[in-house]
Amino acid sequence: MKIITGNDLRTGDVIWWTGKGWSRFVNDAVAVGDDAEAIIAQQNATQVVTDTHVIDAETTADGVRPAHIKERVRALGPTVRMDLSLKPGDPAAAKWVI
Amino acid sequence: MYQYDNYDQSMVDARVAEFRDQVQRRLAGELTEDQFKPLRLKNGLYLQLHAYMLRVAVPYGTLSSRQMRMLGDIADKYDRGYGHFTTRQNIQYNWIKLEDAPDILADLASVEMHAIQTSGNCIRNTTSDQFAGAAADELVDPRPYAELLRQWSTFHPEFDYLPRKFKIAIIGSETDRAAMKLHDIGIQMVKNDAGEIGCKFFIGGGMGRTPMIAPVIGDFVPPLQMISYLEAALRVYNRYGRRDNKYKARIKILVHEIGADEYRRQVEEEFAHILTLGLEPPAAELERIKGFFEQPGFDTNASDDLDLSDPDFALWVDQNTHAHKRAGYTIVNISLKPIGGIPGDATADQIRLMADLALDYSFDELRVTHAQNIVLPHVKKADLYTIWQKLDEAGLANANLDLISDIIACPGLDYCALANARSIPVAQKISERFADLGRQRELGELKLKISGCINACGHHHAGHIGILGVDRKGVENYQLSFGGSEGADTSLGTITGPGFNEDGVVDAVEKATDVYLAQRTEGERFLDTYRRIGMAPFKEAIYAKETANG
Ligand code: HEM
Ligand code: SF4
Repeated sequence: MKIITGNDLRTGDVIWWTGKGWSRFVNDAVAVGDDAEAIIAQQNATQVVTDTHVIDAETTADGVRPAHIKERVRALGPTVRMDLSLKPGDPAAAKWVI
Repeated sequence: MYQYDNYDQSMVDARVAEFRDQVQRRLAGELTEDQFKPLRLKNGLYLQLHAYMLRVAVPYGTLSSRQMRMLGDIADKYDRGYGHFTTRQNIQYNWIKLEDAPDILADLASVEMHAIQTSGNCIRNTTSDQFAGAAADELVDPRPYAELLRQWSTFHPEFDYLPRKFKIAIIGSETDRAAMKLHDIGIQMVKNDAGEIGCKFFIGGGMGRTPMIAPVIGDFVPPLQMISYLEAALRVYNRYGRRDNKYKARIKILVHEIGADEYRRQVEEEFAHILTLGLEPPAAELERIKGFFEQPGFDTNASDDLDLSDPDFALWVDQNTHAHKRAGYTIVNISLKPIGGIPGDATADQIRLMADLALDYSFDELRVTHAQNIVLPHVKKADLYTIWQKLDEAGLANANLDLISDIIACPGLDYCALANARSIPVAQKISERFADLGRQRELGELKLKISGCINACGHHHAGHIGILGVDRKGVENYQLSFGGSEGADTSLGTITGPGFNEDGVVDAVEKATDVYLAQRTEGERFLDTYRRIGMAPFKEAIYAKETANG
């Protein structure tokens, strides 16, 4: 499926399009199908998000999983500093990225 | 150290105010991202994988304790308690908020620092020898010239939109500790038989996807014509550099395509013209700058005696200190490469501790090295034991300078938006594999460098052992190379063959060190053995299993 991601303009945080707004958690991302371009154009115009782009992802038992490792690193945090990631208490989190 | 005059300070302050206004307009929606992006990049603010990344310039790698302390405070106040020292002798913060960026720049300006010239197609922050002004083998102190370069290049209107980024390194010793020949321009300050000082220009080096070793273009340019010569060299590049193709836009490609002789001819022609224009800064300005780099008040009675009865201390002294030009003094290298750690990362507390040590024991000076370590340039031998104890308490007494665990690694896919693979975990696994210091010392000097993509920020081309991360159908893969070097004997590494996965490349490195240990002759480093016996025996050992399987 296709999902949309970007960065919060003000904080730089990685964010995902939820259908209604933006979330820091990739699990909240929704499939956008053919609407991606329209959503991106409309959201860029709000000037609260930057570097918006569409990526491939799939839904797994663990939730939404971006297809490319780079997007999974973005989704969670640096694999070498899991204490700073979105799942600081989860030792298996780095494995999800790889 | 150089200190800003009113002109320097007002220029930097004005820049902060300008950027504050630009950020406000962006946040208010008055500027689009397309309009804003080049403005933020001009102030060192990138967007990376997790947030904005701020790259702060450390001119020729030199810092005072006050500046260093501010770098620690910024890490605490605006980031997540740490910073990353880079091969460009700069520091990067990985978790910056756009709304904080103007305040950070204002804090930096309060200690005569900024993030100008850390991005874009301009002349970037000049790098230099981390032992400048201190090394026993120094001929000429390069710092006054580096400062002149800083003043000349900052906001130079003619060279603000070059075909591509432009990196200059300047050294004044016989030993090259700045990878000078792998820069767009490397300048070596030399002396001729008559004892006169001159600048030797190496032009057209670089790494990236097309690594090149810079040829000598100018043999001996008088120091008072250095800027004119640079003007000429850049003007020819600015005129003929390949703006049509990003991958061919660096000066190395121009020099390579037209040839060193033709490039030299054009530079000389331009140089002759520029000399008639009187563009050179007045000699008095260079003298004024030199006044800031007088030798500090060394104790002339300082003793060379050292109590080495503590074996761990003795190891550290042997590995991490370097000969100083003054009796009773030494140069201390603080390794930011703990076993299993992240090369170049330091916590805010560690940064402040190093600042304190510089204030108390090193005439208020620190240096950042291109190997991602920190230097205290002027330490009295009598103070070494105290310093070592304080470093040890803070986890900073790693006695591994220039050994296999003193790895250069770029941020890679853990932080960098351009990466193909992660660099840091590979560095961590290698340093863990070779954790035993006795084993590392047995292997001797071995420079291992890792980049997460072909941009080569981690200098892998110049590693005795180099590792390059590539993307093989969405999976991280690592190419191994041997035989690179970046000193006086600069050479580019040769790829061993097919790539490896993360664990595979660690195994391959270990097998290569076994070959070295078995084959070396007296006094040979890994690099020397490789150069003597060639790739074949290494290749055989590394790919043994595949061969056996047919
Ligand atoms: C994380 C953000 C970074 C980005 C986006 C970035 C981008 C690039 C690019 C595009 C190049 C290739 C330029 C070319 O060949 O024309 C390059 C080269 C280089 N970068 Fe980086 N880099 C980053 C981080 C770093 C870091 C952390 C260091 C220091 C550790 C560094 C030091 C270098 C060096 C030494 C080179 C090769 C020398 C050269 O040929 O210019 N970069 N970088
Ligand atoms: S070498 Fe590539 S991955 Fe590493 S920092 Fe440079 S651009 Fe990023």
